[in-house]
Amino acid sequence: MTTRLFGEPVRRREDPRLLTGRGRYLDDIGEGAYEVAFVRSPHAHARIRDIDVSAAIDVEGLVAIHTWEDLPARLAEPLPLLIPHPALTHGRTAYPLARDVVRHVGEPVVMVVARDRYLAEDVCGLIEVDYEPLAPVVGIEEATRAEALVHEDVPGNVGAHLVQEVRSATGLGAREAIEAAPYRLEFGLDIERSASMPLEGRGVHARWDAGDRSLRVHSSTQTSTSVRMAIAAKLDLPLPQVEVVAPDVGGGFGVKIVHPWPEEVLVPWAAMLLGHEVRWTEDRREHFVSSAHERAQTHHVRVGFDERGRVLGLDVTIVHDHGAYTPYGIIVPIITSTQLPGPYKLGAYRVEFSSVYTNTVQVTPYRGAGRPQAVFCMERTMDRVAEHLGLDRTAVREANFIQPEEFPYDQGLIFQDGRPLIYDSGDYPESLRRLKDLVGWDDFPALKEQAAKQGRRIGIGLGCYVEGTGVGPYEGGHVQVTSDGRVHVSTGLTSQGQGHETVFAQIAASELGVPIERVSVVTGDTRRFGYAVGTFASRAAVMSGNAIALACGKVREKALRIAADALEADPGDLEIVEGEVRVVGSPGTALPLATVAVLSNPLRYAFDEEAGRATQFAGTSSPDRPPVAEGDEPGLEGRDYYSPIRSTFASGMHAAIVETDPLTAEIRILRYAVVHDCGNLINPMIVEGQIHGGVAQGVGGALYERMVYDEHGQLLNASFMDFLMPYATEIPRVETAHLQTPSPLNPLGVKGAGEAGVIPVSAVIASAVEDAEGIRIDRMPISPSELFDLRRAASSG
Amino acid sequence: MRDIAITLTVNGIVRRATVPGRRLLSDCLRHDLGLTGTHVGCEHGVCGCCTVLLDGQPVRSCLMFAATADGHEVTTVEGLAEPDGTLSPVQRAFAECHGLQCGFCTPGFLCTVTALLRDNPAPGEEEVVEGISGNLCRCTGYQNIVRAVHRAAEILAEER
Ligand code: FES
Ligand code: FES
Repeated sequence: MTTRLFGEPVRRREDPRLLTGRGRYLDDIGEGAYEVAFVRSPHAHARIRDIDVSAAIDVEGLVAIHTWEDLPARLAEPLPLLIPHPALTHGRTAYPLARDVVRHVGEPVVMVVARDRYLAEDVCGLIEVDYEPLAPVVGIEEATRAEALVHEDVPGNVGAHLVQEVRSATGLGAREAIEAAPYRLEFGLDIERSASMPLEGRGVHARWDAGDRSLRVHSSTQTSTSVRMAIAAKLDLPLPQVEVVAPDVGGGFGVKIVHPWPEEVLVPWAAMLLGHEVRWTEDRREHFVSSAHERAQTHHVRVGFDERGRVLGLDVTIVHDHGAYTPYGIIVPIITSTQLPGPYKLGAYRVEFSSVYTNTVQVTPYRGAGRPQAVFCMERTMDRVAEHLGLDRTAVREANFIQPEEFPYDQGLIFQDGRPLIYDSGDYPESLRRLKDLVGWDDFPALKEQAAKQGRRIGIGLGCYVEGTGVGPYEGGHVQVTSDGRVHVSTGLTSQGQGHETVFAQIAASELGVPIERVSVVTGDTRRFGYAVGTFASRAAVMSGNAIALACGKVREKALRIAADALEADPGDLEIVEGEVRVVGSPGTALPLATVAVLSNPLRYAFDEEAGRATQFAGTSSPDRPPVAEGDEPGLEGRDYYSPIRSTFASGMHAAIVETDPLTAEIRILRYAVVHDCGNLINPMIVEGQIHGGVAQGVGGALYERMVYDEHGQLLNASFMDFLMPYATEIPRVETAHLQTPSPLNPLGVKGAGEAGVIPVSAVIASAVEDAEGIRIDRMPISPSELFDLRRAASSG
Repeated sequence: MRDIAITLTVNGIVRRATVPGRRLLSDCLRHDLGLTGTHVGCEHGVCGCCTVLLDGQPVRSCLMFAATADGHEVTTVEGLAEPDGTLSPVQRAFAECHGLQCGFCTPGFLCTVTALLRDNPAPGEEEVVEGISGNLCRCTGYQNIVRAVHRAAEILAEER
């Protein structure tokens, strides 16, 4: 059947426009708009003494200059703390424009509106801000020493502190279980800062219609519905007067889920004030110093285990550097703490984290969101245990796996959605078996020996993970069949290049039985769908996918009911094939969906011949019943929501073979293998693409990317010249195999796939480099010079 | 600042603009000529999003003043398809091989690859990787882009 599109590698419907330059990204919108630039703090920590604009006001083309003092009441308050948590006792957020104190380089101080961006930047250059520098706090060590404070009223720089503990079956706490274990190890593991770094930065465009007092905002965001609510609240506008649209978005990877950014409220405010369209497009340096970073965390691990490597007790203490503010709460360290156990049954587990302030860019989720750190921690621990016992690394993992018959498996923790962390399904032993086959794990020692004979150093490593995906609270879908037979699908959730238009069209076409060409999909436009949460946590396919499937179910049911009436058949005998309602077994008796749509909407006035069939004298409606039955609605459309009880849990395992240069310490990835299980696949081509992209970001994070702050809190590498994102020359070919363990939690049986690729890469590469070198790797990323230094340190004893 | 009157042939059409001397070619194409298919990812010459063909050669339009392009021929992503809208072999190959996700880097890759295959119609694996190694993509991990380049070479050969 041609309409069975679910599971097929259907070509992307986004591509024709994106390949011909007809995509519509933020900076492509609103030609002629005034443009905005910001004076941003050059200091990591300083008090603002004075702002002098006198030299700037004569610049030709200047429209307006604003500082914090100009902001109206609600806008002058700190930005919202999006995800409060009882453990976040000292949450702090920034003002849209700095008030008195700046807390990181890049914090916006003055907003300049001008005829174009060049002029706005000229003006910025002429504004004098007088700062009194304060002592900056940079890095986790300085933060915990707390000799200086980022926020005067936050003692010890500690924003949050949280302990979770799962006792063993026999009632032992993790520390007791470790003490009682036959073997014990203790060590530290660190991960540095990186960032999402989409190629399109952030951006906002606003148009105020003074006539009907309505505001239309475009933002390069991962959540248009929530930006809309934030703008309405901050600008004191009735919600129906504000619409927010996410246009084509040039990548997000997490950073664009944060909202409202200062610019997202300031630009609309300026548009209202000036009665003119206003646009701000972030430049690359701004993205480095004023959006968000992620990953910096230190971990202290204590583990107790038995002779087979079974973990009897694990105790992890984490310090998380969340930068200057906490708009996104403490989601990242919560995810690290709760996803750390991965596919394993740990005897007892205790995890404690402190989240600390530093005078650096704020930290919010970046693809993987705390999981790369968690997996680095758990998988490096598994490797240590294996080494200590002289066992194969895969054997130790096998000894700890949750078994397929043990699902649903309750890890005993509270996940990022505030709900119990219960794995829905998976088959970890089978994943590992496939991974070993794919990469040739058992043959590797021979390969290594052979390489050694030629003077080459190679090593193999692996990493396993479980990823909570498809978190709630909900998403919705709306499906409408119009009288021309077209199917219009909308969902409030946004897209950043994942191909949502394609996969949602596949779902709708499959569920409704219509050719995909007739389906169009709109995402992230509040004019079409007002209720949504956003795109993060690998949730789009699970949440909106299922909501759209449910909405299609409603449409289908209604179509069958109306068609049954018209065809004088039983609805149970009908099916929808190729956009026609047919009597099963007698394809001659059919009614196009277009006609069903006409009949669904009783009319008084005909606008074309087809519509005439639904008018009052056409004889299509029974005179004994009201034209629209009680409880029914006109039109062939349906809206539904999907709100799962809890997250689904995707899983996967990666392995890599690396070669290290004996002389230069250069690290090259020779092979990279991925076994991935995200439940049923909607479009395998798109899932593969997500994995490739994720692995590439993981490789960047493992070998190249880091944010280098000096002791003054200056970000030294805030450009693509110095922050090394991998090019094609750095990324290995990824070999993939899929396992499909459907999720029992949702009708489509899907789990999320967006983040998976990035999660275990640092753990895998560290494991492989360690295997090649015989030198312990306990912090990532690792550069050739670091490996060189480690070699030197190792050889000097 | 005195404005400069320039004339460029863009995608085969003669276009005129009056620009300040400091106006970047990327901004001129995007905002003066309305060709927003050329994207800007860094404005310091590293990402390659802004790549266009200047007299057939790939250049970074963010590293060039519009005034410098006066009198030259420019091809942007909008000019790659046939006049009737048929996608070029390179564009088709990118669609077929899923060589794009968000599409922000794509115009730069398409221009780069178009020139690459014109100069070297049957590149080997290393030549392909080397040939696109001046363009960043944050979404695809490059694997499908590399595949698309090979596929485009095939299509070009078939259609020759
Ligand atoms: S925008 Fe020109 S190279 Fe990045
Ligand atoms: S497709 Fe998004 S940056 Fe390349």
